[in-house]
Amino acid sequence: MALQVDDLKVYYRTLHGDVQALDGVTFAIGDGEIMGLAGESGCGKSTLGNSLVYLTGRMKYVSGTVTLDGAVLPIWDFDAMNPHRFKHVSVIPQYAMSALNPTRRVGKMIKELLHARGIPYKSVSDELLRRLELVGLGGEVLDRYPIELSGGMKQRVVMVLSTLLDPSLLVADEITSALDVSTQKAVAELLVEFRERSFVKSMIVITHDISILSQIADTILVMYAGHLAERASAKVIIESPRHPYTRLLISSLPEVGIRYDDKRLVGIPGTPPALLDPPTGCRFKDRCPLAYEKCAEQPPFVEVSPGHSVACWRETP
Amino acid sequence: MSVMLQLDDVSKTYKVGAFGGQRLVAVRDVSFDVAAGEVVSLIGESGSGKSTIGKMILRLSPVTTGAIRFDGNDVSRLKGRALKEYYRRVQGVFQDPFSSYNPIFKADRVFKMIKDEFFPHVARSEWEQKLEESLDAVSLDPVQVLHKYPHQLSGGQLQRLLVARALLLDIRFLVADEIISMLDASTRIDVLNLLADLKARGLGVLFITHDLSLGNYISDRTVILRRGLIVEMGATAKVFGNPQHAYTRMLLASVPQLHRTWEEVATELETTPVEAIDSRLKVAYARTAAALEHDDPTDSALVEFEDGHLVRRYESAAGRTAPVAGEAA
Amino acid sequence: MTDARTSEPLPAVIPGAPKAAGATAVHGAPSTSSFREALHFALRNRKLMFGVGITSFMLLFALLGPLFAQHPPLEYGGKLSLAPTTHDGYWFGTTLLGQDVYAQFVTGLRLAFVVGALGGGIAAVIGMLVGFTAGYRSGIVDEVLNMLTNVVLVIPTFALLLVIASYLKVRGITTESIFIGVTSWPWAARALRAQTFSLTSREFVSLARLSGEKSWKIIFKEIAPNMSSYLFMMFILLFGGAILIAATLDFIGLGPSNTISLGMMMQLSVQNAALQLHLWWWFLPPGLAIMAIVGSLYVMNVGLDEVFNPRLRSM
Repeated sequence: MALQVDDLKVYYRTLHGDVQALDGVTFAIGDGEIMGLAGESGCGKSTLGNSLVYLTGRMKYVSGTVTLDGAVLPIWDFDAMNPHRFKHVSVIPQYAMSALNPTRRVGKMIKELLHARGIPYKSVSDELLRRLELVGLGGEVLDRYPIELSGGMKQRVVMVLSTLLDPSLLVADEITSALDVSTQKAVAELLVEFRERSFVKSMIVITHDISILSQIADTILVMYAGHLAERASAKVIIESPRHPYTRLLISSLPEVGIRYDDKRLVGIPGTPPALLDPPTGCRFKDRCPLAYEKCAEQPPFVEVSPGHSVACWRETP
Repeated sequence: MSVMLQLDDVSKTYKVGAFGGQRLVAVRDVSFDVAAGEVVSLIGESGSGKSTIGKMILRLSPVTTGAIRFDGNDVSRLKGRALKEYYRRVQGVFQDPFSSYNPIFKADRVFKMIKDEFFPHVARSEWEQKLEESLDAVSLDPVQVLHKYPHQLSGGQLQRLLVARALLLDIRFLVADEIISMLDASTRIDVLNLLADLKARGLGVLFITHDLSLGNYISDRTVILRRGLIVEMGATAKVFGNPQHAYTRMLLASVPQLHRTWEEVATELETTPVEAIDSRLKVAYARTAAALEHDDPTDSALVEFEDGHLVRRYESAAGRTAPVAGEAA
Repeated sequence: MTDARTSEPLPAVIPGAPKAAGATAVHGAPSTSSFREALHFALRNRKLMFGVGITSFMLLFALLGPLFAQHPPLEYGGKLSLAPTTHDGYWFGTTLLGQDVYAQFVTGLRLAFVVGALGGGIAAVIGMLVGFTAGYRSGIVDEVLNMLTNVVLVIPTFALLLVIASYLKVRGITTESIFIGVTSWPWAARALRAQTFSLTSREFVSLARLSGEKSWKIIFKEIAPNMSSYLFMMFILLFGGAILIAATLDFIGLGPSNTISLGMMMQLSVQNAALQLHLWWWFLPPGLAIMAIVGSLYVMNVGLDEVFNPRLRSM
């Protein structure tokens, strides 16, 4: 198993207490697997993805272990994580393409970044150029300023940069959200291409857009309010989900071909619970049409069929 | 159905560069109409000019050339009192629910603004009843949403409040500019269904979006916009079911679908025949966006392919229309 | 699709209200009154309390001090170069020419606050008018106002004042305040223009227009309140700046011709070699007073910035 996460808990510090954003998640990803991490805002997917690479100022590691390729990742220690970042685990943060320094040419920025990591530019420049060609950008993009590049081009530069040292695990956080639909497709296909060429071994693709995941992910992990709801292969999640949340979510997605006049889709009433003082038991019970008395106790995330895990009392025998 | 809003060769040109020397054409000769009780989707990617059109209809941005007619009257240059009257009939809802509210005031202040400007003499009890009716029409519970600050409400609730605000004015036309793109997946469909309810009440809706699946779900007619020009328009079922222009096809091929892979969709599109529009023209299907890059159809016209379904002639990379097989070039 | 312009990703803390994808959460704390929250932090901010304390003390001194002056400030009555003494009410001693330093000091102190309020006020008003208009209405109006701002910015105020001074036989404190106000507004206008510009592009302004609100109403009811902390801090800076500019002008001899101010006291003391004659009581009080007022105003501003901007507060 490439990545093993055991009962990871990461909270956010606020003036009013700790927000329990990630409240005990356990899962594993195999070598070469692209796992989609789906869920709505506030479910903890970004927290999960980011905590594997670095904990920002407000994030507080509470408990749990993360193991990558057999070695424990010291995610609670910012400095101890340094040798792992970029080389073993890498992240494409949300809004990365908007965070490129506007006063630096792309090439200079890359040089500075590599220098900061103690990597001589000469040793990777050939590979860098090769990969830029591969994603459809010529070497001349290194001489441009970020403002001269389109959204898709910037995203591709960021993708090449994040995977330059062939990390074992890549975390891609909402990298297709701000792009046009045609560029989205190109970027998503590039992710798969990276995996095919072994630039990256495994990937966690975080997004709220399940349809993109249906195209590129091998497995999908659905989160709700800081907990895991369901995990299965992409096909199973989309065609035969078992958790009530997943089922309601999938059925509320409009598709090309479905028209209101033919079939009126329904959303999920209500809103997710606040995580500052989360309710006990299953966190979806207030919105769940199948809730009953047992839901007052938190359901465990268990395997109900090979490769398919659900956290729901209705599904666990 | 009677035509409510009509755009007539509307163009928008910006002056850019130092001293305003250069010109940027954002919208070029756009003409289409929306009837009462009809939802028209305006679909385009970024830079297509769709939001600019929305702003021009709402008079938030001036029209450079052309006319926008509402109930037959040209509204593209309205000012002052006449403009205020126009706003009683036409309103808009925008993309970012949190930016649409002044963060230092409570969310229901938007209702107060309407009352102060349009209904200053209405009695308080009567106004409260009107409010309740509007909130009911958008399925919001007054207890949950009134007297709260914007950051205490969800994006979906905020967007629905904005629709309720528009309904207070008894509007007849709504411009919905990407109103659900910043909402969570589970709340999107509720707001979308709300737009369909408005349609049932006889309102005309212009639904501006970049997401084809949403457009397909809710609209009667679709207008596909590319770089300020309409490339295809017609009944939604026809445009999506039998896309003729290369750009439309490319868009459809790029939308990720839940139950079909990209390859399956692309194959299906490729095998769908492209009809000859007339003997001298033929629309060629371009597999790559690169071919579209050379497409600059500023001089070509929109041609009616079948009843109500218009397509813009597509120029090939050679700069001329692709000839029909067997014909001399 | 998420919007690429958000602040740091704060988690959902509001009961029952999740954030929409990518939206900003105002301040991240579920208080209904941001004023009360600001007050809470204000009272605990050392810089702010320090600044307010010193300024209030000086203001009190300016208001009540003249009641205790026993001699008119410009009268040449007392002994020459007298050191501070309780005798005859010369608490701050006398000048080389026998004038009561205390009386001059408290008069100057009052004038300083008047110049600050009047000069700073005029600059604030002009800055607001120009800045709001230029930021709200882009296009030709913006270009013209920008040009105006830049022109006023580069006018050499010293040369201008010399020209004016040569034409006016008598210059009062009002003239000086007006002059300061009319020449120090450009930077305020620029800053306000930038803020207004960014707020105008927010959709609640479009919504206000769609509600039929007139432009003026929108600027003052929708946009300005969003900048209230910024406007407050700006006024404090203009106030302090006006006092400093007045002191500088007075020091080089371009002050009011019919009264005495702190800067003029310093000018006269230097002219009359007070430093060499060790008449420290003549130049030290006015110098320290100017330093205290302007310095405490700036410190106050830094503290205010921390109060208003949640990100600068330590957790």
